[in-house]
Amino acid sequence: MLKLLAFLTLSLPFLTHSFSPDHPTDRRVLVLLDDLAIKSSHSLFFKTLQSRGFELDFKLADDPKIGLQRYGQYTYDALILFSPTVDRFGGSIDLAAILDFVDTGHDLIIAADTNASDLIRQISVECGVDFDEDPSAMVIDHMSYAVSDTEGDHTLIASDDFIKSDVILGSKKIEAPVLFKGIGHTINSENSLVLKVLSASPSAYSANPKSKLSSPPLLIGSAISLVSVVQARNNARVLISGSLSMFSDRFFRSEVQKAGSADKHEKSANEQFLTELSKWVFHERGHLKAVNVRHHKIDEADEPAIYRINDDVEYSVEIYEWHGKSWEPYVADDVQVQFYMMSPYVLKTLSTDKKGHYFTAFKVPDVYGVFQFKVEYDRLGYTSVSLSKQIPVRPFRHNEYDRFIPAAYPYYGAAFTMMTGFFIFTVVHLYNK
Amino acid sequence: MAISEHVNGGTNTRKSMPSSSALKPDLLNKLSFKTLKLKTKQQELLIRVSILCLVYVLAFITRLFSVLRYESMIHEFDPYFNYRTTLFLTEKGFYDFWNWFDSESWYPLGRIIGGTLYPGLMVTAALIYWALRFLRFAVHIREVCVLTAPFFASNTTIVAYLFGKEIWDTGAGLVAAALIAICPGYISRSVAGSYDNEGVAIFALLLTFYLFVKAVNTGSLAWALASAFGYFYMVSAWGGYVFIINLVPLYVLVLLITGRYSMRLYVAYNCMYVVGMLLAMQIRFVGFQHVQSGEHMAAMGVFFLMQVFYFLDWVKHLLSDTKMFQAFLRITVTCAVGVGAVALGVGTASGYISPWTGRFYSLLDPTYAKDHIPIIASVSEHQPTAWSSFMFDFHILLFLFPAGLYFCFKRLSDATIFIVMYGLTSMYFAGVMVRLILVATPAVCLISAIAVSATIKNLTQLVRAKNKVPQTGSTKGASSAKGSSKGSIDQSQPFQRNGAAALLFGAFYLLSKYATHCTWVTSEAYSSPSIVLAARGAHGNRVIFDDYREAYFWLRQNTPPDAKVMSWWDYGYQITAMGNRTVIVDNNTWNNTHIATVGRAMSSYEDEAYEIMRSLDVDYVLVVFGGVTGYSSDDINKFLWMVRIGGGVFPVIKEPDYLVNGEYRVDKGAAPKMLNCLMYKLSYYRFGELTTEYGKPPGYDRARGVEIGNKDIKLEYLEEAFTTSNWIVRIYKVKPPNNRW
Repeated sequence: MLKLLAFLTLSLPFLTHSFSPDHPTDRRVLVLLDDLAIKSSHSLFFKTLQSRGFELDFKLADDPKIGLQRYGQYTYDALILFSPTVDRFGGSIDLAAILDFVDTGHDLIIAADTNASDLIRQISVECGVDFDEDPSAMVIDHMSYAVSDTEGDHTLIASDDFIKSDVILGSKKIEAPVLFKGIGHTINSENSLVLKVLSASPSAYSANPKSKLSSPPLLIGSAISLVSVVQARNNARVLISGSLSMFSDRFFRSEVQKAGSADKHEKSANEQFLTELSKWVFHERGHLKAVNVRHHKIDEADEPAIYRINDDVEYSVEIYEWHGKSWEPYVADDVQVQFYMMSPYVLKTLSTDKKGHYFTAFKVPDVYGVFQFKVEYDRLGYTSVSLSKQIPVRPFRHNEYDRFIPAAYPYYGAAFTMMTGFFIFTVVHLYNK
Repeated sequence: MAISEHVNGGTNTRKSMPSSSALKPDLLNKLSFKTLKLKTKQQELLIRVSILCLVYVLAFITRLFSVLRYESMIHEFDPYFNYRTTLFLTEKGFYDFWNWFDSESWYPLGRIIGGTLYPGLMVTAALIYWALRFLRFAVHIREVCVLTAPFFASNTTIVAYLFGKEIWDTGAGLVAAALIAICPGYISRSVAGSYDNEGVAIFALLLTFYLFVKAVNTGSLAWALASAFGYFYMVSAWGGYVFIINLVPLYVLVLLITGRYSMRLYVAYNCMYVVGMLLAMQIRFVGFQHVQSGEHMAAMGVFFLMQVFYFLDWVKHLLSDTKMFQAFLRITVTCAVGVGAVALGVGTASGYISPWTGRFYSLLDPTYAKDHIPIIASVSEHQPTAWSSFMFDFHILLFLFPAGLYFCFKRLSDATIFIVMYGLTSMYFAGVMVRLILVATPAVCLISAIAVSATIKNLTQLVRAKNKVPQTGSTKGASSAKGSSKGSIDQSQPFQRNGAAALLFGAFYLLSKYATHCTWVTSEAYSSPSIVLAARGAHGNRVIFDDYREAYFWLRQNTPPDAKVMSWWDYGYQITAMGNRTVIVDNNTWNNTHIATVGRAMSSYEDEAYEIMRSLDVDYVLVVFGGVTGYSSDDINKFLWMVRIGGGVFPVIKEPDYLVNGEYRVDKGAAPKMLNCLMYKLSYYRFGELTTEYGKPPGYDRARGVEIGNKDIKLEYLEEAFTTSNWIVRIYKVKPPNNRW
């Protein structure tokens, strides 16, 4: 195992994408901090990452020497921004560089906080998340706050409104509420890729806790998202949280009791929640790959360049899921293949042998054109599998039609009797008399 | 050597004639007359053959202007498709060509090329190519394609000669050959590089007509069979064969009505129709149309009418009683017409006989296409003809044509009736559609040739008869023919000879003007390949814009092999042939909806267009833009047709949205939808920064002579991929969907 890790670390600089087809899990992570003190105050979170084999590279956000690329190659696979107040990054990192980083398939964790800088807000906006515009606003909840001795303004929220997805949050149920203290955000309704992972309760609102509420708050209720994730089209994953302190050791260790609830939990769920979430963000879970896409005529092994109408074809694909260390067969019964030309002509659910092999057979429709074998598999939490393979379908060749069909026998008969009749008539007409 | 000897011998005898007659008048004159007579025939043959050879060569070389001016290249749009298919044919062989399913055009529908083209041209070129290869001439197929049209134009002159000879006389034939060799109406479609169906088809058309007239004149089964094969070649080459299959029955009908029915006609038409029909069915694209399409029903009707006529003739022969025959005739004709009408009605109602196509309607009713089929009306060569293009394409033939008709009517025969009908009908069609001037050209040339030949013959007879008067006067033995000519001259005044000479001179002056005009038109107007544009620079030098090929070459080199390119259909054939990339629509406008989809995309806002382009898997968009060079046939000028065609299928596109008070404009006063539609944005992207003409504001469109109305164009879903050096072709890449949205 160690050997493998060593090999990976050595070979990673040569791989531009974190999603190398074989090992999609990130390895080298750049952590940008406002203050190096965060390194120790949030050490539990970092330790969970390090214990899973990540190399964390801690840098101050305004360090003039930082950079994501060197010689055109990315030197990191993921980026953690624990620097909510930074106005300008040092070195070559700026908004465009970070977006480029994501658009080339790398992962990102952003933790904002009250007084989040415009830069952090802009990055979030580009990912489809809008933080409350009031810089001093916090999420306040007078119903489901966490009971605590010190804080009385109900900004420490105990939330247990999780997204229902085992893929994102792990199969182990999260019992305790998650402690959250920070800024709320909404997700842009035009963006179909962003998901609320942790929502505020219906009684929450976003306002400045120190001043009196003069007008109704803009962000209210469960429209407020506390933690959101984005899975981009290239399967890069982004985690956006409105609170930096929820990653802190203090919150990790804190005991929690939700207001109005009798049961008191020894420990908040922050550790479990964020660890599972980081596993998802760093592609230790929910990453699918489809390989060996094959199609051919029944009884033939090779893939043809063109099909004929009414051919019987077989289509098969292998889908595997990454389990952090190895590829395991992905088992599902809802993978479908389309035989598609502007609209699906054939839509079939693939059968599986439970070993990752999916297959089906069907007849090419009686329509010629340029078709595509399409597999569009999008499931919550999983990377999207989108395969399309173009294949033309031609009509019959002139010599592929049936030659002697029974229905045509009257015509053959007519033709031949006509010919013989004409011949006999000619002979009789010419040589009679 | 032998030829020059003959010529010298001929002139020698003629020159020596007066001196010898002075020496020994009687004997020598008789002797030399006899030898002269023999020689004249040879001379005549010699002159005829050499004229034909010269005309043959002339027809070929006058069409080479385009090769000299530019290079040996394929012209325009459709020829590129023909070239591509010919290439395929020579590489893959006939059966693969016959069964070719092309997945690179009409994405994603594809096109069965083998079943939707007229293979005559490609097969002809391939045969020439294989023949040359067999003879060890290592030619490239492109050269063969470039020179196919001139070669067939030369062959057409021979056919024109034979045809002229058949309907009038040898002189008319020679004149016809000479006229058609350089007639601009024909040259427009047959210059070197214009590798289109028409180049071969006009030859086939004229050949079929000639053979049919020959068959009618002789009543010979062999000629009728030959005309059937000519018809087969025509069907295999061009959709214009419908003209033959309607003109010939019409001609037969006219002969029947005018009482010129004969056994010759019966044999000629029946054989030609039956065999021609069976042969034509072998062309996949035509298939069963001869028995199933409304356009071909006239021929079938006349065929049956012919049988009825024959039957009646036979009955008449048997029956001696005219009264009984009259009754029988009435019943038979009524029955026959009734049965025919019922058959046609049932066939049409049941859908077995397809109704007339839009193209056919638009020929009969010039306004039909404008109202119903914008895609036909949008093509410039389908517009009604302006009188100036008649003048341009026919020059003096336009005046000689009525004169020729006069001569034809004066000497009415089966053959002249045919040429008159051909001339009149094709002239009508030429008036309906510009491109059909081509079909009228052979008829116009032939009829004009009759006029020229007959006039010159009459005039020369006048002139020469006067010359011979002293000769006949001195020699006592005057033939009867000379006597009659002497008599006619005796009545006329001396200045008639001068008048005749003047008229002769005038005729030659006109003909030489015709030759000058034809050469000028060929070199100036009809030899441009239209994919390479030439213009005059500020100093009178020639500037070449080779942007099209630059763009297609860029596509070929810089895009993935399976990239799909969306453009207006005009450029489809060129993109597949030169760029080797898949196109959404092309010049084979078989699917109106697909073209309308592209038209809709071009006339929508960018975001709506993006959805359409995504659904068609478009990777690149290509637009043609003439604002920098002043090239007027660009996409902005074609844009209203895109709107019209798009709006014809998708009513969300409304033409008035793009117009301001019924006016089409691109400047500040343009309609807001116009200023923001995809076509406008793609054409004028970054154009606002460019100063095109000295003393004009930036963003001055030289093709339309206005400053554009939207200079600040931002593209959201597309990005500029390539713009050619003169901005004529602009290629945009369709961006993939936003990664994070």
